[in-house]
Order: sequence, then structure tokens, then C-alpha cells
Amino acid sequence: MIETELSRCVAAFHPGATGVTGAAKLSGGASQETWTFDIVHPNGNIGAILRRAPPGYGAAPGRAAGLDAEATLMQLAHDAGLPSPKVMHVLRPEDGLGRGFIMARVEGETIARKILRDEEFAKARPILARQLGRVIAGIHGLPQAKLPKLRGLTATKEIEDLSREYHSFNWPRPVFELALRWLRDHDPGPSSEVTLVHGDFRHGNLIIGPDGVRAVLDWELAHFGDPMEDLGWICVNSWRFGEIDKPVGGFGTREDLFAGYAEAGRKADPDRVMFWEVMGTLRWGVMCCGMMQRFRAGPDHSMERAMIGRRASETEIDLLRLLAPRA
Amino acid sequence: MQDEPTPTELIKAVADFLRTEIAPAIKGHNGFKLRVGINALDLVTRQLALAEAGDATEAARLKALLGADGTLMELNRALSEKIANGEVDLRTPGLPEHLWQTTMDKLAVDQPNYASYKRELGK
Repeated sequence: MIETELSRCVAAFHPGATGVTGAAKLSGGASQETWTFDIVHPNGNIGAILRRAPPGYGAAPGRAAGLDAEATLMQLAHDAGLPSPKVMHVLRPEDGLGRGFIMARVEGETIARKILRDEEFAKARPILARQLGRVIAGIHGLPQAKLPKLRGLTATKEIEDLSREYHSFNWPRPVFELALRWLRDHDPGPSSEVTLVHGDFRHGNLIIGPDGVRAVLDWELAHFGDPMEDLGWICVNSWRFGEIDKPVGGFGTREDLFAGYAEAGRKADPDRVMFWEVMGTLRWGVMCCGMMQRFRAGPDHSMERAMIGRRASETEIDLLRLLAPRA
Repeated sequence: MQDEPTPTELIKAVADFLRTEIAPAIKGHNGFKLRVGINALDLVTRQLALAEAGDATEAARLKALLGADGTLMELNRALSEKIANGEVDLRTPGLPEHLWQTTMDKLAVDQPNYASYKRELGK
């Protein structure tokens, strides 16, 4: 029972804590899990989240920054006054919980359809794009000297990575080829400024309340690169959930996003952002095809993964709308 | 010759039963998975109804574009190579129309409620 290890662990780092209660797994693949629980304390319970790779799982795969780097980034963001949960504890071997960290639980909503449609968020929607622009600028401005070691990424490298992955599926898609060709022809070259890039700044990784954004989560894909990548990714049509005329997450305009970015002292480059939006659309399409592969190869025979494979065509129509718009 | 009912009729009957009788009684994550499953059955019935005609017109367009014959897979592979090496592009007569029609035909099966698709249908 995970509560036994957690109880021992919280007693060691949180003075006065007498145990934990209500531990429940929120999500988890084989190598990474997220748990919610309450720290029991005489002054009142404290909501907490455990993010970990269970014992026996070592280094993070491929592109992942690693849980230690995620903890450092979240703490740096918190210290800089950005909406980020406080990191309460980084797991040690003697905790017996694997690798990872424990952070404060932030209340709010991550499900896009609720954020875009529920009355509760009606006041948040019009202000979110500008708010997120400021938050992204804050992330890009985190003190370089304190940042952990992360992979570097350029547009050229991302194009080649996507091309390699798509071709490994051995399933011809003329629209993806068109997008790859367009990306190569329009590659803007290395960014004049290389910053921390969150790498997955979109619905699902943002906790939203009636007052706006409350927390940025999931730094797994953080890297160094072109800061415009984050601005392009949040404009990808796949994250608009039907509100296709509001490019930023289905709630706002690019102009508001860029204005917020400028308020925090940074300048957006709309052409580069558009380039990264095309890249992001293709990237999500390739990820959908990857889900199909994992469905076929994996042991769990997941119906959801199979159906995500059938969403690759959504990115094809979005790529055509971007690259070959009809009158 | 296989007997009636047809595969489409069978899948529709199962999907309708799950949708009207079972789904209202299932909550939580299994409710979500059940909806995904019903969506999958609906997709299969659309594919059974639409794919044959869609594939035939796609193959005809590909043969005209490429001036070559072959299976759909071979033709799509050939077109992909020509796009990759720049032999054809969006200025090539018929290519944008072909890519649009093929993609619209896929969306009609995969995700007919996708907002971009509904917007383009109105054009």
C-alpha cells in the first residue's frame, strides 16, 4: 500500500504531519505515475500530488527531461512568481517510493471542454490568452544559470525527428509529406535567442480556475530552443476543441497572447510562431500515428489508443487549411 | 453468399443498444471508455458505407495525377515520394484538389463532427 511509504515520507519532511489519507492514482503509464493524497496534520489536511517513476524504473525515456529536472523547473517557476505548485519534497532512495517529487495540490480544472463551455469559467476565458502570454514570457525568462541540464532543439532537428518517426510507420501520407516539404522550405534557421521552452504548453497541462490560470504542469518535454515554439504549440487547432476561430486554446486571439508576452518584456515573432504552429500540427499528427503503432504492438490492446490513431486525419485537414487554404 | 443481416446492420444494432441502454448506467472512467467504444463502432459503420466509393475515386485521381497504375498503397507511396523530392507541389494542376478531396473523404469516416471538417463542408 503506497500510503505506508507516503506516511513515513511526509513525516520526515513536513513537521507535525501524522500520516496521509485518500491516496488515489490519477494517471499512469508503466514508467510514470501521478497520485493525489492528503497530508494529515493537526492544523488541517494539506492537498498534495506525487509524481513518480515507481521503483525499478530508471532514466526517463527519449525526449523526457527527467523527474529531477521537472522538480527543479517547477520550483524555479514558483520562486519566480509564476503559477506553479510549490515543490514540497524531492524523493530520496530511503523513501522507497522510486524517483520523483511531491508538490502542493492546486485546485482547478484541466479538462478543455469544461474550461471552454462551463459558466464557471466565463470570466476567465476572455483574459486567459493575455495571461498565458505573460506566463510563457516568464518561463522563457527564468534565470539561465539556475536551469537544469536539458536537451537542445532547433527547428531543423525537429523537422528531421518528425520525418524519421513518420517514415518509420511505413504508411504513406501525402499531406504529411507536403507539410515536411513546407517546413524544410520555410525553416527560419536557428533562433537568435535560445531560452527554456516548456514544450507542452496547452490544455491538459494548465490548471484553470474562475480567476484564470492557476498552475502550469508537466514539464516533461522541457528543453532549450526557440521560444516561439511554445507560442505556436498553444495555437495548434487540435487544442481548440471545436472553437476554431479562437486560435489560442479555443478561448483567445494571437494578438492577446502576443500582447501579454510583450507586457512581460518579450517580443513575439508572428512568422516564427506560425511556422511552429504548422510544425505542432504535424507533430500531433505523427503522435496520433504513434498511438496506432503502440495499440498494435502493445499488450494492453487499448481502444482509446486505437481511436486516437484515427485522429491523424484531423491534423491533415488542419495542415491543408494552413498550407493550401480554399477560397 | 453470406446471409442477412449485414455487418452494418449488426454493428448498428449493437451500438444503439450500448448507447441507449448501457451508457446511461455506466459512470466514471468506464463510462468514458464505453463512449470511445461506441464511437469506434459508429466509425466502422461509416467506413463500411463510404470507403469503397472513396477509395475508387481516390485511385482514379492518383492514376491521372501520376500517369501510372497500381494499388492504392503503391500510388500513395509514389505520390508521397514525388511531393518529398519536389517533383510535384501545390502548383501542380489537380494536386491541391486531390489532397483536399482525399482528406475530406477520410474525415467523413473518421471524425465527421470535427469543426474544421464541418467548416470546409460548407464551402
